[in-house]
Amino acid sequence: MDFSLSILVLVIPFVMFLLLGLVGMKMSHKVAGWLGTVAMGVTTVIAYGIAFTYFFGTGQGQIAEGVRQQIVACDYTWLAITDTLIIKLGVLLDPISAMMLIVITTVSFLVHLYSIGYMHGEVGFQRFYAYLSLFTMSMLGLVVATNIFQMYIFWELVGVSSYLLIGFYYTTPAAVSASKKAFIVTRFADLGFLIGILILSYYAQTFDFLQLTGEPTSVIQSAGGATFLGGSVMAWALALIFMGGAGKSAMFPLHIWLPDAMEGPTPVSALIHAATMVVAGVFLVARMFPLYLQETAVLELITIIGIVTAFYAASVAMVQSDIKRVLAFSTISQIAFMITALGVARPEYHEGVGYMASMFHLFTHAMFKACLFLGAGAIIHAVHSNEYTAMGGLRKYMPITNITFLISCLAISGIPPFSGFFSKDEILVAAYHNSAFYGIALSVIAGMTAFYMFRLYYLIFWGEERDYGDHKPHEAPAVMTIPLIILAAVTVVAGFIPFGHYVTWNREAFDIHIDWTVAGTSIAIALVGIVLATVLYRKPSAVPTRMADSCRWLWRAAYKRFYMDELYMFVTHKIIFALICKPIAWFDRHIIDGTMDAFAHVTHYASSKIKGLQSGLVQNYVTVYFIGAILLAIVTWLCVI
Amino acid sequence: MFGCGVYGFITRKNMIAILISLELMLNAVDINFAVFNRYLFPGQFEGMIFTIFAIAIAAAETALAIAIIVNIYRVAKNIDIRDLNKMKF
Repeated sequence: MDFSLSILVLVIPFVMFLLLGLVGMKMSHKVAGWLGTVAMGVTTVIAYGIAFTYFFGTGQGQIAEGVRQQIVACDYTWLAITDTLIIKLGVLLDPISAMMLIVITTVSFLVHLYSIGYMHGEVGFQRFYAYLSLFTMSMLGLVVATNIFQMYIFWELVGVSSYLLIGFYYTTPAAVSASKKAFIVTRFADLGFLIGILILSYYAQTFDFLQLTGEPTSVIQSAGGATFLGGSVMAWALALIFMGGAGKSAMFPLHIWLPDAMEGPTPVSALIHAATMVVAGVFLVARMFPLYLQETAVLELITIIGIVTAFYAASVAMVQSDIKRVLAFSTISQIAFMITALGVARPEYHEGVGYMASMFHLFTHAMFKACLFLGAGAIIHAVHSNEYTAMGGLRKYMPITNITFLISCLAISGIPPFSGFFSKDEILVAAYHNSAFYGIALSVIAGMTAFYMFRLYYLIFWGEERDYGDHKPHEAPAVMTIPLIILAAVTVVAGFIPFGHYVTWNREAFDIHIDWTVAGTSIAIALVGIVLATVLYRKPSAVPTRMADSCRWLWRAAYKRFYMDELYMFVTHKIIFALICKPIAWFDRHIIDGTMDAFAHVTHYASSKIKGLQSGLVQNYVTVYFIGAILLAIVTWLCVI
Repeated sequence: MFGCGVYGFITRKNMIAILISLELMLNAVDINFAVFNRYLFPGQFEGMIFTIFAIAIAAAETALAIAIIVNIYRVAKNIDIRDLNKMKF
């Protein structure tokens, strides 16, 4: 397929957004839903065509000396502000963007299809599809960006569409505050991103990814060794850019928005808050990876943040009772795995396996986590509650959901032959290569992952059967189960993709070797986690409650997410609001407003004093006029003399 | 004569009387024009022509003023200037 068609991938969803957003209310739900889905299907086909042509095509110059070339499919000068400051919009095809095209369009298409069933009869159905199209367009624009400025534009657009979709049920106060929280936290992080972009491009004199990543050494040296607070300026710029990525990818301590974002409809959680938007931070670091390699201190920082986040999120996920929250924390934890994999990746270890592992995990995670979320959506659809206390024994009622959920749980736990095993194994290999400590930490977290996923699985599908009353839960309609089956099928086979042939840090192919010492350990740890969860939660038992009671404070702290939200509330309300905002508000109210009020008061006072002059009696005016005229005449006469 | 006009304009209550005072002032000005023209610049006629203009305009203005007064009388049943003080603050 011709690469110039790639612009269609952006145009079709955008046109659908305009169409559904402007005239959607005139359509019936059915027409709007299927129109959006079919358009997304067309986009998916085009994106697949482009990606497959990129990976398997034999066009000229696609692979030169074993290195996959980066192809600029189109480049349009949008703003030429000065000769050097030129902002372009275009499409850049390289392994990671081609892979992301597949991930985004697949998940987006399946979510479109699924939503026809899930959102059936909701108010604002057409609006939902318009927002989905907007999101898809923005996300695709983000991954194919040719320069960092275009990426920033689409970066903000995905933020906006995420905000709109989280706040989709805008009559619920929880959804409104969750959408605001998500927007403000990511915006705050994007401030760092913007400053980073400005510093970087100020020294490098370019926004273009090809120039930035093609000549990383000269870009780093363009700062001329300038330093700031002990670090080089470029390291600061890259750290600030990572801050933007950390905000979008919900890295500790900027993760607080993601669990609350689950207030949005479940398909949205699957599309945005599991598979695509939240991996934008990983994608960003991967995109700028040659630059990060020049500043290894930043990579160390990224690794540490990744490990802390992975551990924190996994421990919180073990005790949550809302199934979507568990999945949200598991998403945070898995993204932290990807971030860590990038942080530990060095070209000297095993051909930079961490980079490949990160992208591989991104791919597999998108599939199985979307499957988990859509499965959770089907369950919520059936029992009308998010709490596991309202579920149990659902395996009899929802066999398809049960099996797809189980497959995804096995994948995320890292059990072969499911896809998660392969990608997680590569991450662990990369971590052990870098340092044994990182490797062991990640192995432990992988065990925790297996435990909390199977805790969730057993609590939903096994355990005590609830009294569902007259309204028995039933299997979801076909439009909802088909996406689940497709995603589960992908999850089963995706691990066998020779990812190392396609996506590597220097775009040279290499073969993945499974390191059986690492793989064996990780399987063993995952099995321990699963067995533990089976023992505790398969049958209703009092042991989990007793364990929770025995260390009450720890359980409570984890349940309350280690008081991170309270900490944020304390910092924002008690410190920032009280110490900074209150004085500023006082200054505004009393000094600035006071000055303006004083002007008004003086004018008002003066006018009330002199208003008696306007008596309405014409003869008074004439008298005053004459007196004035005479006085003027006298003054003039005196001056002349 | 101009002074008489001013005095009348300020002190009279009746609007017709005020109008008459106004005419008095205008005529005083006209006479001044004519006289100063005659004695200071005997060869020129600007002052005379100006006077003729002023007389014509004064006639029009008087007609207008009378019309206004008639209308005021219709509305207010009164042409005392001191009672017409609606246009104040």
